[in-house]
Amino acid sequence: MGETIRIVINNEIDIVVARQKGRELSKAVHFGIVDQSRITTAISELARNIYLYASHGEIRLSIKEENRKKGLEIIAEDKGPGIDDIRKALEDGYTTSNGLGAGLPGVKRLMDTFSIESVPGEGTKITALKWTK
Amino acid sequence: MRIPILKIKEYLLVSIQVELDDQTVLEFQEDLLNKIAETDARGVVIDLTSVDMVDSFIAKVLGDVVTMTSLMGSVTVLSGIQPSVAITLIELGITLDNVHTAMDLDQGILILNRLLEG
Repeated sequence: MGETIRIVINNEIDIVVARQKGRELSKAVHFGIVDQSRITTAISELARNIYLYASHGEIRLSIKEENRKKGLEIIAEDKGPGIDDIRKALEDGYTTSNGLGAGLPGVKRLMDTFSIESVPGEGTKITALKWTK
Repeated sequence: MRIPILKIKEYLLVSIQVELDDQTVLEFQEDLLNKIAETDARGVVIDLTSVDMVDSFIAKVLGDVVTMTSLMGSVTVLSGIQPSVAITLIELGITLDNVHTAMDLDQGILILNRLLEG
């Protein structure tokens, strides 16, 4: 259970690989079909952000357990340009990519917990988690 | 990977059954527009029954396809969007405005018949 799946994001195909791994893992933990879709989509958006803004980075997926509840954690990390204004990046409709991604607020809504660490010029690390019901 | 586009009378039918990567979905966009030009198809149904994930990129390209086909004088209906996909899209903040939708392929064709009648 403590195993982490790591997917390196270097191109568009890696985005597909990341979401396929996410789909497999969320099935294995018995998430319902809607949560599987939420998790897979969140991974796709985060992987795309890495590809769009940082070119390279990685997605790490792992299973968490707390009070007999299982959860799937997504970590998206890159050493890209970082986010200048995190508060702004979390506003609906804010974009620096001309609307290519749904943005972070959308991903936040799909997941149960969501946090960003980012240093301009150094990179971004986003952690998001979904618990089974 | 190419998505097959079938012609039936004056309509084009597409059933998406593959995992959609960016390249595939962009190729499909171009293929469909070329096929409309080639066949003078008046209507298109894109069936998404087998699609279990639509992210913002795929949604944008599908929305664009609908607008592009309409610029060419054709009408496109999206059919079979799964409940899980509909829920996820709305939570993600994506609304496919001005897009004709139908429960399944059958209904999609009925909608085309109605829209293009006369």
